[in-house]
Amino acid sequence: MTLSTKKDHKLVELFLSKQADLNDSNPFKELKTEAKSSLNATGFPTLKEEEYKYTNITKRVIDKIENYSSPQSIDNLAEIIKNNQLINTLDGYTLVRNNGLFDPSLSNYKDAAFSVKPFSELDEEQASEIGSIETIDKDAFTALNAYCFESGIRIDIPDGLIIEKPIVVVDFVNTDATGQCVQPRAFYHAGKNSQATVIEITVYLNESTVFLNEVAEWNVEDNAHIRHYKLQDGHKSELGVSNTGTEIARDATFTSVLLSLSGEMLRNNLSLNINASNCVGNMYGLYLLNGKTHVDNHTNVDHKMPHSESNELYKGILTDHSRGVFNGKIFVRQDAQKTNAFQQNNNILLSEDATLNTKPQLEIWADDVKCSHGCTTGQLDEEALFYLRARGIGKKSAKSLLLYAFAGEVLDHITNESFKNYCEKIVHERLGGSH
Amino acid sequence: MLSIKNLHAAIEGSPILNGINLEIKPGEVHAIMGPNGSGKSTLASVLAGREEYEVTEGSVTFKGKDILELSPEDRAREGVFLAFQYPVEIPGVSSTNFLRTAVNQVREYRGESPLDAVKFLSLMKEKMKLVEIDQKLLSRALNEGFSGGEKKKNEIFQMAMLEPSLSILDETDSGLDIDALKVVANGVNQLKSKDNATIVVTHYQRLLDYIVPDYVHVLYKGKIVKSGTKELALELEAKGYDWIKDELSGATV
Repeated sequence: MTLSTKKDHKLVELFLSKQADLNDSNPFKELKTEAKSSLNATGFPTLKEEEYKYTNITKRVIDKIENYSSPQSIDNLAEIIKNNQLINTLDGYTLVRNNGLFDPSLSNYKDAAFSVKPFSELDEEQASEIGSIETIDKDAFTALNAYCFESGIRIDIPDGLIIEKPIVVVDFVNTDATGQCVQPRAFYHAGKNSQATVIEITVYLNESTVFLNEVAEWNVEDNAHIRHYKLQDGHKSELGVSNTGTEIARDATFTSVLLSLSGEMLRNNLSLNINASNCVGNMYGLYLLNGKTHVDNHTNVDHKMPHSESNELYKGILTDHSRGVFNGKIFVRQDAQKTNAFQQNNNILLSEDATLNTKPQLEIWADDVKCSHGCTTGQLDEEALFYLRARGIGKKSAKSLLLYAFAGEVLDHITNESFKNYCEKIVHERLGGSH
Repeated sequence: MLSIKNLHAAIEGSPILNGINLEIKPGEVHAIMGPNGSGKSTLASVLAGREEYEVTEGSVTFKGKDILELSPEDRAREGVFLAFQYPVEIPGVSSTNFLRTAVNQVREYRGESPLDAVKFLSLMKEKMKLVEIDQKLLSRALNEGFSGGEKKKNEIFQMAMLEPSLSILDETDSGLDIDALKVVANGVNQLKSKDNATIVVTHYQRLLDYIVPDYVHVLYKGKIVKSGTKELALELEAKGYDWIKDELSGATV
């Protein structure tokens, strides 16, 4: 009975009342059936559950969302895409999801040497891998996505392929006033010795209440090098859960940079499974929160084998009544000797009403490892501010300079120049500076 | 140029300055000496506008303006420069970007057009020679990882860039070896002109061998208790501060 007090079943009923396609012809029938029984058994997390103790996304969804089915696809997207400045600047392979569903006709990857397929076109083996990395037992919202997704996008990068241009996955979202749900899903497979940069952005065509429940799975094979950038710059009525799971093989590198700049309540779960030696897992995050925005980043890195490393740096600047949550788990298993694992979470609170909860969680079974973690939460450095002002720099510019310098440490990990410039510009504007 | 009258200042309610009077004219160099805790650095901080100090009485006029009313940045723009005793390390802010912002905001205040990148860089090159500062240092974040001597050189370099009319050097000599001290003093001397003035706050007479003051003031318990010429500094060096303390306590008995 204690279990049921920690879980919410009302939301399960609301979602399951919309029947998913469980016909025999659906290759994901098994996954969806399991997801359904998992949701029925466990429900959604409430504040009583440790992992969600600060982030009552379940309640927000119940309160704000009225329509549990997905919105219709958006018309006239071609024109909108053509005029999207960021997409044009990035000049990459653009993969478009129209209210959650991959739309090849709007996408641009004709000359690509990698494969892009909607889930409906996968062979049996490819289909069987969906849900194998970000498994439904990891998070109720992962299970929800598994039950609800109508299609998805699978990207296979062949062995040895080095992709120079970024792969840009763009979600266009347009929901009506009833508050709808969009549940995109992607599976990425990076073959041996491959290299790619994937940039995920979301474009909202209006500011209606929306629940975006995303899942992404990454299978990163030997010596593959993947850079994954994600920009969350939506609007004030956005509820979002993002679950990203990765399996990292030997000599491979996976770098994640996540920028969370707006939204009503966002929860990001990122997990790196470091399954072999000589892997590098990097997790960088920047959250700039104002108004009543609530962003919760949970990361999890699991070192299973020796001689790998992970680096983590999440930084936040919070003002008004915003709230930030950071939870960083590092597991170093007994076999994972000579692991180097570093974690930092630094925050600046600019108002008395902003709140931050930060928690490093290290569990180390190996005895020959280097692990460190640290978190700081403070105000803007008054001494530095005075120093700048004493040189004739106005208070506002001085603050902006200092905040930008603080944020810049995360932005420096973006190596794609166009994307970096874009992010620098919007972060600069947000922090009160001119670029 | 600077007129300090009966200046009283306190921090968190405890008084530190207890009635300072000082007149400084263009072209003059004034040294302010005194034992630890006498209020030397407080005076420098109050003039630069550090907000944790509260001025409880008195006035400070600079070129006819009441500068106590001005923000720290406006004081800097009016021409007051404080060389910090402990220059702040600011990671992520490049020295060049910082200086260009500072120079151009000062210029804007004075109604001058901003310097473009080319003009700014050539100005930097010219001023760098004054303090023999390595260009590599300036491509790094502001003061980050600089040695003590490099930080102090950087202060004088910034002073050269901003061309203040009143420079306040707050213990710029402390912690410097003799070579670095000479470089710093040489920079200050080259920047001296008949139109600007310098206040040298120091604990040691040593600096005054290189930056020769017109006047020396001894600060004790928040007041100027003795003023004289550079010979006073030598006397202090030879006899220490105790004779002044004795003189004062003798006077009150």
